[in-house]
Amino acid sequence: MATYLEFIQQNEERDGVRFSWNVWPSSRLEATRMVVPLACLLTPLKERPDLPPVQYDPVLCSRPTCKAILNPLCQVDYRAKLWACNFCFQRNQFPPAYAGISEVNQPAELMPQFSTVEYMLQRGAQTPLIFLYVVDTCLEEDDLQALKESLQMSLSLLPPDALVGLITFGRMVQVHELSCEGISKSYVFRGTKDLTAKQIQDMLGLTKPAMPMQQARPAQPQEHPFVSSRFLQPVHKIDMNLTDLLGELQRDPWPVTQGKRPLRSTGVALSIAVGLLEGTFPNTGARIMLFTGGPPTQGPGMVVGDELKVPIRSWHDIEKDNARLMKKATKHYEMLANRTATNGHCIDIYACALDQTGLLEMKCCANLTGGHMVMGDSFNTSLFKQTFQRIFTKDFNGDFRMAFGATLDIKTSRELKIAGAIGPCVSLNVKGPCVSENELGVGGTSQWKICGLDPTSTLGIYFEVVNQHNAPIPQGGRGAIQFVTHYQHSSTQRRIRVTTVARNWADAQSQLRHIEAAFDQEAAAVLMARLGVFRAESEEGPDVLRWLDRQLIRLCQKFGQYNKDDPNSFRLSDTFSLYPQFMFHLRRSPFLQVFNNSPDESSYYRHHFARQDLTQSLIMIQPILYSYSFHGPPEPVLLDSSSILADRILLMDTFFQIVIYLGETIAQWRKAGYQDMPEYENFKHLLQAPLDDAQEILQARFPMPRYINTEHGGSQARFLLSKVNPSQTHNNLYAWGQETGAPILTDDVSLQVFMDHLKKLAVSSAS
Amino acid sequence: MNVNQSAPPVPPFGRPQPVYPGYHQSNNYGGQPGSTVPPTPYSTYNGPVPGYQQTPPGVSRAPPPSGAPPGSTTQAPCGQAAYGQFDQGDVQNGPSSTVQMQRFPGSQTFGSAPVAPVVSQPAVLQPYGPPPTSAQVTAQLAGMQISGAVAPAPPSSGLGYGPPTSMASASGSFLNSGLYGSYPQGQASPLSQAQGHPGTQPAQRSAPPQASSLIPPTPGGPRMPSMTGPLLPGQGFGGPPVNQPNHVSSPPQTLLPGNQMNRPPGPPPSMHSSPQPGYQLQQNGSFGPAQGPQPNYGSSYPGAPNFGSQPGPPQPLPPKRLDPDAIPSPIQVIEDDRNNRGSEPFVTGVRGQVPPLVTTNFLVKDQGNASPRYIRCTSYNIPCTSDMAKQAQVPLAAVIKPLARLPPEEASLYVVDHGESGPLRCNRCKAYMCPFMQFIEGGRRFQCCFCSCVNDVPPQYFQHLDHTGKRVDAYDRPELSLGSYEFLATVDYCKNNKFPSPPAFIFMIDVSYNAIRSGLVKLLCEELKSLLDFLPRDGGAEESAIRVGFVTYNKVLHFYNVKSSLAQPQMMVVSDVADMFVPLLDGFLVNVNESRAVITSLLDQIPEMFVDTRETETVFAPVIQAGMEALKAAECAGKLFLFHTSLPIAEAPGKLKNRDDRKLINTDKEKTLFQPQTGAYQTLAKECVAQGCCVDLFLFPNQYVDVATLSVVPQLTGGSVYKYACFQVENDQERFLSDLRRDVQKVIGFDAVMRVRTSTGIRAVDFFGAFYMSNTTDVELAGLDGEKTVTVEFKHDDRLNEENGALLQCALLYTSCAGQRRLRIHNLSLNCCTQLADLYRNCETDTLINYMAKFAYRGVLNSPLKTVRDTLIAQCAQILACYRKNCASPSSAGQLILPECMKLLPVYLNCVLKSDVLQPGAEVTTDDRAYVRQLVTSMDVAETNVFFYPRLLPLTKSPIENATEPPAVRASEERLCNGDIYLLENGLNLFLWVGASVQQGVVQSLFCVSSFSQITSGLNVLPVLDNPLSKKVRGLIDNLRAQRSRYMKLIVVKQEDKLEMLFKHFLVEDKSLNGGASYVDFLCHMHKEIRQLLS
Repeated sequence: MATYLEFIQQNEERDGVRFSWNVWPSSRLEATRMVVPLACLLTPLKERPDLPPVQYDPVLCSRPTCKAILNPLCQVDYRAKLWACNFCFQRNQFPPAYAGISEVNQPAELMPQFSTVEYMLQRGAQTPLIFLYVVDTCLEEDDLQALKESLQMSLSLLPPDALVGLITFGRMVQVHELSCEGISKSYVFRGTKDLTAKQIQDMLGLTKPAMPMQQARPAQPQEHPFVSSRFLQPVHKIDMNLTDLLGELQRDPWPVTQGKRPLRSTGVALSIAVGLLEGTFPNTGARIMLFTGGPPTQGPGMVVGDELKVPIRSWHDIEKDNARLMKKATKHYEMLANRTATNGHCIDIYACALDQTGLLEMKCCANLTGGHMVMGDSFNTSLFKQTFQRIFTKDFNGDFRMAFGATLDIKTSRELKIAGAIGPCVSLNVKGPCVSENELGVGGTSQWKICGLDPTSTLGIYFEVVNQHNAPIPQGGRGAIQFVTHYQHSSTQRRIRVTTVARNWADAQSQLRHIEAAFDQEAAAVLMARLGVFRAESEEGPDVLRWLDRQLIRLCQKFGQYNKDDPNSFRLSDTFSLYPQFMFHLRRSPFLQVFNNSPDESSYYRHHFARQDLTQSLIMIQPILYSYSFHGPPEPVLLDSSSILADRILLMDTFFQIVIYLGETIAQWRKAGYQDMPEYENFKHLLQAPLDDAQEILQARFPMPRYINTEHGGSQARFLLSKVNPSQTHNNLYAWGQETGAPILTDDVSLQVFMDHLKKLAVSSAS
Repeated sequence: MNVNQSAPPVPPFGRPQPVYPGYHQSNNYGGQPGSTVPPTPYSTYNGPVPGYQQTPPGVSRAPPPSGAPPGSTTQAPCGQAAYGQFDQGDVQNGPSSTVQMQRFPGSQTFGSAPVAPVVSQPAVLQPYGPPPTSAQVTAQLAGMQISGAVAPAPPSSGLGYGPPTSMASASGSFLNSGLYGSYPQGQASPLSQAQGHPGTQPAQRSAPPQASSLIPPTPGGPRMPSMTGPLLPGQGFGGPPVNQPNHVSSPPQTLLPGNQMNRPPGPPPSMHSSPQPGYQLQQNGSFGPAQGPQPNYGSSYPGAPNFGSQPGPPQPLPPKRLDPDAIPSPIQVIEDDRNNRGSEPFVTGVRGQVPPLVTTNFLVKDQGNASPRYIRCTSYNIPCTSDMAKQAQVPLAAVIKPLARLPPEEASLYVVDHGESGPLRCNRCKAYMCPFMQFIEGGRRFQCCFCSCVNDVPPQYFQHLDHTGKRVDAYDRPELSLGSYEFLATVDYCKNNKFPSPPAFIFMIDVSYNAIRSGLVKLLCEELKSLLDFLPRDGGAEESAIRVGFVTYNKVLHFYNVKSSLAQPQMMVVSDVADMFVPLLDGFLVNVNESRAVITSLLDQIPEMFVDTRETETVFAPVIQAGMEALKAAECAGKLFLFHTSLPIAEAPGKLKNRDDRKLINTDKEKTLFQPQTGAYQTLAKECVAQGCCVDLFLFPNQYVDVATLSVVPQLTGGSVYKYACFQVENDQERFLSDLRRDVQKVIGFDAVMRVRTSTGIRAVDFFGAFYMSNTTDVELAGLDGEKTVTVEFKHDDRLNEENGALLQCALLYTSCAGQRRLRIHNLSLNCCTQLADLYRNCETDTLINYMAKFAYRGVLNSPLKTVRDTLIAQCAQILACYRKNCASPSSAGQLILPECMKLLPVYLNCVLKSDVLQPGAEVTTDDRAYVRQLVTSMDVAETNVFFYPRLLPLTKSPIENATEPPAVRASEERLCNGDIYLLENGLNLFLWVGASVQQGVVQSLFCVSSFSQITSGLNVLPVLDNPLSKKVRGLIDNLRAQRSRYMKLIVVKQEDKLEMLFKHFLVEDKSLNGGASYVDFLCHMHKEIRQLLS
């Protein structure tokens, strides 16, 4: 076991890939019997400080339908200077530059330890990054002030040659011209009218100059072509201007009468932002950053009317099919998102308001383009401020941790086909020999576009074994998959990262143990969860839960050891032991449960779930709980109500929230002020310890989690209570008053009950 | 005056007329010169003789007139004299309508100097009257009788008649008519002379100047004698001559032989020869001829030719021509009215008084009727029945200028506040309390003067009545004692039941390539900086309440945020022209003083910002839309100042294409040139009106911009259009800035509704002007300034009765510059008549022309020009024929007899007919025609008067020291002397014509060059030189400009220069290049038409 764990970890660190199965069943039939599909979590841009990019272009297989990249798995004939593609077996000549190649003089991409290689392309115009701020002005005064300050601050964080633009909106949409001296100019659009990209470009006067200049003379000094757009200017040039402009930004001046929401034209503002970039800088790395403080209330993309007496849609309304604006709005934003994705731009949404802001409808903008989605209560909170700041953090090389306009191209050995991907991507609809007919997630293609990427962006990629049972693979055969990610680095270079992985085939009948041992239950849980969440977007909640349950039962049936109809005999091997628990918590998670969550919140949670890497995803599924006490060093404890003890301090990390919970006694002590007494300094340290740990997590997490400091009986303790396994509830009275934990007032089943049922069903011969 | 002429008097005169008719008439004219000529003629005859004599000496008209107290104008004296003499005659006239009589007399010199001017005419009439109504005008000349009016001067022209006659004989009616024409003139002059003995002189005076111009008529000398001759006979003949003229062509000759025989031949020549000096001479001469012709009637045509020769004076048309001097002269009429009526205030207390001409300076005392500055009518005596009205065909119309500016000497209107209950109104017809309301039952109730409904007087308004039934407090309350006053409106009179907020001005500036290149934008922005300090204010307000906003545009619009708290203005570009909206609320409309710094900065930057613009396309409708939306958003009324350069061809609503097609001229499709290209502007205008958004348009086109379409919105919103073709800063700066200043500063009312109520029997049925009407009664004006005029036509819907007369009440509800809601009420009472003669005696030709021009100009939208012109001529002929048939004394059919009040109708009508709109020349652009058409629509009477008949002022004729304006001369090339310099103006254009042989000294002192040849033709500015002549001329020009609502750009024209063509276009008595008839020809034609109607 240890070896597999190490192997998995090693592979993840080197390639950013985690497979659900690390030994592959060799036939289609067997693969389907495995229940958990063959799939992987891919983090295309996983940070590899130890991996220097190579400064030349990759060598491609010459078969037009293949074009796989030379990799360590290829057979090389050093004498003939030939190499055989390991995917299509095409024999290729090395290019002239490889003339000096030999067994001892290998290029990096042929060395086994370089299963992941990053190439820096030498060609292609380098275009500066583009940041287009789309700012809501229908904010409270202090909110707007805080936002303005954040934006001004961000200017200093941008690369000096990056282009910035500013669009503000309220009842109207204003596109600010940044190049002008003296008088400040802006183009104004009605917030109620949808405009085509062409119209927008016409109205902004972009149609004539920008395009031809750019294309005609790529060789010109790099600055020149971009000056032509008055709306996007290099930061270093208009730093002062823009700072002043932001400073003078007024709240939307149109009066809002009592009982009305301010008129907010988010839909049109986004449409204009998209149209503007579409016309000026297609296929260039660009971020549209939408800052909004409320729901769109007019025009296309309207989520709710301006009458306050009509509340914004809830899950209840949606289930009752009572959200009449939702479909139309969603359609609008989907159309925008698709256009944006086509252009290789990404949209970030920063929504800060106490009420919903329409993330449900707008989610696709971030989801499809790889943009960020941040939800907060106010722009005047550290949650927003630090999250926003964190977007501009830099990596070990001093580069921004963002990449743009990526395409992910996947090649597989013949025995495998690609079923689909789930993550912040859109399909490029590239059909090919390795595309499966069965779709899991976004399928039907071997290429996806990921417009915005950061080092933690992770996609779930699903495969299908297509090898027929009657065509066995020779012993020791390996299946290979190549991931080719072509992207624009934040330094504006074009780069290609190539990861080629291979796993052994195994006959499921004779070698089931091997396969079982190579199961990665963490990856499997996350991949199944992604499938579940993906389904939840389009299916009814209960259906998804049933599906998950069924899969779990089938898995247990397949891999459990038991005597028929004897639940007590049921055992799972170590590689599967945690899986049911993950599923239990997943069922309770906000990704699948909408109760108590607004549609916006659900969208927000799901958005992040679909893009975070394995570790973070697991935290989301099953939050981590640490316990601090005088009894010893901090230790992780079960996410269970029994862990809630009076003399403990608990620290819970759910990814979205960090909760510090003081047990009853601790809270009383603190109230009594012991921590301020020198003789109880150890108590003070105890109080401090979780704070420090929380701080550490806060530092690294994006987006900033909601930080909750509460105590026994505090209203915010609900965050903790809602997460723990309700092993003690008001129903099992025997627990009352015991020292072993706190009862949770819920009718939810506890993990024990869940497991009991699972065992019963798994061993049942009826199913 | 006309009234006097009316029938009653006729009988007595009747006899004489037969003989004199023609002469008399002509004479009369002279006497009456003023408006209501007719009567005078008679007197004239008498006068003439003496007149002549006097005249010679008369050079100094003044002296003779001295006899007449008023002295001011010769005619007046004449009139007076006449009166004196005719007192009886007057009486006779009186019969027709004593009241009038009285008035006239009173007004006339007789009674007292005061009314003199007016009176004079009546007096004249009287003389005539007796003879036959014919006196009135019947210029014998065929149709020319009119001459009578012109009498003084024209008579001289009488010669002219002669020739015409010949012509007539020879060819068609025209010629004949020409002959006739000559008669009248001749007669007229004589008449005036005759009557006025003393008075006549004045008449002559006026004539003289003309004569001078006429110089050519050498015969003058001889005529003199003739004149006398005729005069003598004239008196007797008054009638007869007329007949003769009627005789038509033939008569003239005969006439010569006849009484006047002498004159024609002999006198004229002499006159001329000697005369130049003496204007009179000419007159005499003219008289001579005039008379001559009459006699000739009897005689054979042959004689006529001779006459013709006489007229020959106008060298161009030697023998056959009718003598222009013999036909009614507008100049003479104007001069006479000035002299007769300019000195005494016009008191409005009496019903149905005809006010002095618009060309006369007079003060008005409001004693219960609205001042003629506010309302003028085509007739102050309305036929009692619609049958009569139909018969006469005289349109019944009032030209109303509700916000007319008053001279400083006249008190501004009282504002009445009736408190919360609002103005007191009749319950049924909603008429407002006015002096004509009858209080009954001890003051507890009042009977509405319009609908006869009896209303209770509210307790707080109650007041006792005195023994005459008048309220005791009548004189303390403007609404009970004055013709015009204002009410403060209550909230019920406001939109949405909310008091309006102060209005706003929005300046919308075209910044396309053309505007920038011509320097317009820079100039405008510079000017606006200071101009903003002069926004109109209400009364004593320290600071204007008006807020301002700025927009620039080419094919997109740029709005500016000039909020006072900003360090720099902000520009907001709206490119969505298809669906215009206003991008900002706060900071767009600001108080000038609060935001001065930002505004100044903005105006500094606008020209800079667009200095490199390459944008040549513009939009138009969206600009207006934007302004309107801005006002809507600000919930106020206001005015848009649009500065626009080119045809809006950019893709947007209201986009236009160039559809200027000269081939359409004179086809049935010509009307499309005047119609808007698209209905979009109409719709837009409707929205503007609903919002109280008035649009003023300043156009700076280099080529066709489709004024017809662009002016739709200004037109319907009560705005103005200004056009500066080929604008260049150097040349047009002064004119544009002057217009702009005036336009910005002028007091204006917003969001106005005007309603004209009438007493039972007549009804307002048609409205002309710059406004919008959504129903048939309410005139809606988004904006209304002191220059805009609404012409209202009335029709009978029942019988009127003489006793009650007819009442008009014009109520205008508007928002003042300060945002105060007010009601302005104008009341006017008119007489009613059962005799057509009364109608003809109380007409105002100027107002009539105003109406007819507007009617015709509207007609071109729907009918071919020819139809429009023919309709006008037919109507005019009908009017005159009706008079001839019903009012004039019997006379030969060949005689042209015109009512005194309408003797100028033919000449003015001819001017209308040959105006650019109705008869375009090759050089007149479609835009110009549309522009003028649009302008005329809201002109008042004074403006139409000078517009159609330009003023031509000789500058070097009178001594430099003479500070007053020189007397005008008739607009004909014949009147120009190549040794003189003339100014010509028509309210839009101003020419300085320099004769080829002007003295070098004059050239030097005016132009600062040594000779005629060095004068730059087309010069726009006179050098500022320190010598009396230069000062005087420049002073005069300034003066003229001050009188007109638009700045007139000066153009210096040299004789025989290319530019002279342009100038000659305005000599409206001559044949025009584009086929317009000369005065003489037209008169003949008119006569023919009339005769056809009569036969």
